[in-house]
Amino acid sequence: MNDLTALAPHGVSAQSEQGHHPHPDYVAHHFDSAEQQFDAGKLGVWVFLVTEILFFSGLFCAYAVYRGNHPEVFVYAHHFLDKNLGALNTAVLIFSSLTMALAVRAAQLEQRRALIAFLLVTLLCAFVFLGVKYVEYRQKWEHGLLWAGRYHATGQESNHGPEAASADRGAAVAAGPRAGETTPAVPPELPPEATASEDAPRLVGVFFSIYFAMTGLHALHVIGGIGAVTWILARAVRGDFNRFYFGPVDYVGLYWHLVDLVWIFLFPLLYLIH
Amino acid sequence: MDHSSSAPVDYLHADRGIRSWIFTLDHKRIGVMYLVGIAASLVLGGLFALAIRTHLAIPALTHGTTPAASVPAVGEPAAVAAPEAAAVQADAAAGLAAEGQAPTAASTLQETPPRYLLTPRQYNRVFTLHGAIMIFLVIIPGIPAALGNFVLPLMLGAKDVAFPRLNLASFHLWVIGAVFFLAVLFTGGLDTGWTFYTPYSTTTDTRVVTAALGAFILGFSSIFTGINFIATVHMLRARGMSWFKMPLFVWSLYATAVIQVLATPVLGITLLLVAAERIFGLGIFDPKLGGDPVLFQHFFWFYSHPAVYIMILPGMGVVSESISTFSRKHIFGYRFIAFSSVAIALLGFLVWGHHMFTSGQSRLAGMIFSALTFSVSIPSAIKVFNWLATMYKGSISLQTPMCYALAFLFLFGIGGLTGLFLGALSTDVHLHDTYFVVAHFHYVMFGGTLVAFLGGLHYWWPKMTGKMFDETLGRLGALAIFLGLNLTFFPQFVLGSRGMPRRYFDYSLLLDRHPEFAGLNVLSTAGAFLTGLGFVIVVICLAHSLWRGRPAPANPWGAATLEWQTSSPPPKENFLRPPVLSESYDPYYLDDLEYDDKTGAYAGVPLGLA
Repeated sequence: MNDLTALAPHGVSAQSEQGHHPHPDYVAHHFDSAEQQFDAGKLGVWVFLVTEILFFSGLFCAYAVYRGNHPEVFVYAHHFLDKNLGALNTAVLIFSSLTMALAVRAAQLEQRRALIAFLLVTLLCAFVFLGVKYVEYRQKWEHGLLWAGRYHATGQESNHGPEAASADRGAAVAAGPRAGETTPAVPPELPPEATASEDAPRLVGVFFSIYFAMTGLHALHVIGGIGAVTWILARAVRGDFNRFYFGPVDYVGLYWHLVDLVWIFLFPLLYLIH
Repeated sequence: MDHSSSAPVDYLHADRGIRSWIFTLDHKRIGVMYLVGIAASLVLGGLFALAIRTHLAIPALTHGTTPAASVPAVGEPAAVAAPEAAAVQADAAAGLAAEGQAPTAASTLQETPPRYLLTPRQYNRVFTLHGAIMIFLVIIPGIPAALGNFVLPLMLGAKDVAFPRLNLASFHLWVIGAVFFLAVLFTGGLDTGWTFYTPYSTTTDTRVVTAALGAFILGFSSIFTGINFIATVHMLRARGMSWFKMPLFVWSLYATAVIQVLATPVLGITLLLVAAERIFGLGIFDPKLGGDPVLFQHFFWFYSHPAVYIMILPGMGVVSESISTFSRKHIFGYRFIAFSSVAIALLGFLVWGHHMFTSGQSRLAGMIFSALTFSVSIPSAIKVFNWLATMYKGSISLQTPMCYALAFLFLFGIGGLTGLFLGALSTDVHLHDTYFVVAHFHYVMFGGTLVAFLGGLHYWWPKMTGKMFDETLGRLGALAIFLGLNLTFFPQFVLGSRGMPRRYFDYSLLLDRHPEFAGLNVLSTAGAFLTGLGFVIVVICLAHSLWRGRPAPANPWGAATLEWQTSSPPPKENFLRPPVLSESYDPYYLDDLEYDDKTGAYAGVPLGLA
């Protein structure tokens, strides 16, 4: 167990104290050295990310249970999600993770302008992601594809007569391309009569409950990430960071990668079901 | 040690003004603020407990002395118990039917006997808030956030916790969570029981959303404390303090922090889903919409079972410290005690299903969870045997913290062993939802955690306040609480095993067949008031010490852990010179510390401390 002791940064602190270095401003009073402070922060952030994973794991668990209980609902309902928009958002988030990683590198190399630029791009990506998410949510809202308590798919209401049904379907088709301008058409594998009530399994809303809970919680984390990146950006503009003190950039970066990672799981689980 | 006249001002007097407390980053002040908040919550929760017990004595005292007309002639008492789950109700009703008391559909809700202390609606709210306040506001943060916050950095020889701002944020979140709970109290209450079981929690008209958000916020407070302690233990140990030179209280806090970090987020998402269910009709727990209410129980107990180890582990840490110190003997089996804390933390995650033996869980799952549940008793027993071995041939002095530690051994022993009855699948089917469960839970949580909390409070009181308390009063308080607690809860074991269901508002109809319920309930209520008296004595004892207590020496008990190697109370930066430990340091080697009659304190420097 002595190797555990060896891992702790006592050696570092010993040096800095014997050398009687002045305590720089960016090292809090209770740390012996910048390195000890950085390591403590990093450990703290990793532990925090563990709590985040467990936070989402409740929903992943619920997903598994309900997909097991209602497999037909998941296969049926996922056709209402727009794969192209989902893929676009995946690409946007992965790209933003790259720029975030580059921002951390820039901070370590004391490249202040590059740091600011990369943080700005990351922020921009976050806003693009939320914009696309908004478009998707609006489509769902317009078609009544909401969580179980509010689920009233336009197709399901129109089972009184063929005319009403076709009118509704027409509206749905018209709405499809307009809302998803980046996507040329409604996904081809969407069953043409998907909205016809006799084909729809019962309790379709349970899929949308999970969908909104998971993507909604994820979107809240993106918003939190925007706050964190903005904070880092302001500090970068103020010139707080240097090659010995870049911890906060690194920590926010780790958080941002986790937000990205959660989406990378959400995308196939929700959009790419077979 | 060196409190010469040149010693700097202590942390209590280092800064002045209310803002220097509310926005302090000093872990000691944050610990003291937590202590004040937790004590206030304890009073509130305790008053609710007294209200429950007073109420429950009345049917026993008035039974048979009143004309039958004033007691509802018909009625199935289960109708006024909080409907935790339909299955539970059915079970209880079936149990009564089997005893020959046919339940009827009529409800006593409309016909409340006028002389009862509480109405059924009030009763449900009072026991719910008693549970919620005691669990979320008192015993979860009690030892880690109040005592741990104060002592952990001192024990490690550090200047502060790793993230002082996060520590302050944790306390502020605790206050906000407490405000949410008070808002619940004043805006209509909560009647779901502290467990928020669906589907009742998604249909009742009480303040579930406010309470759930309050518990969510308190969860974050708990997570922040956990993150802080993990990073502090890893990064801020004094030079030369290897993992196995850490005091056992630190080990227990570390294991607690691991559970706080791993379990609490799951409670967070669960409570958010309940809130979303109520606000938006999300449907995840609503069978009508394809959801599953039992999934709520899985989620809830995945947190809340490990959470009972969040509650008990730090208490075990306190006991480890006290027993070694007051037996004047090296702790027996240091590594076993340290590792058993970690083992309890990890095994605690595998047993949540034993809360669902009667909730429609599969029989196989029930058997597996039952078997796993027994595994937790192994590390718990390891601790108890090591404490006993520590005392063996020790030179035991019955000072107040030791009295609490001994009370803990006795009460936790009973609480732990009766847990085996409930962990065993077959006996649990008989005992579940009876007073046996209530008694078991209170023996462990009150007899274990709260008694350890009181022991720790007395143990570190001289360090926190710089004042010694009166030993006679302190012991008297411990004795009253010990006797009162046994008197309150031991009769409940008997009540429960004879079939008295918990959460009943009125059991007077059961008295015809079970006249012994009357006496047992009266005993239990008398015990509750004796316990309350014990708390009053504790408050008088501690308040008196603040007023009149003699100044505390640096090391009043003669312990070798680092918090006793600085002045009482410590200076703001904890140690005038950061402690440096040599290879020979041992936190439980007490032989170099000698009691000095003249100063009433222990003198000497522990081996291996420069």
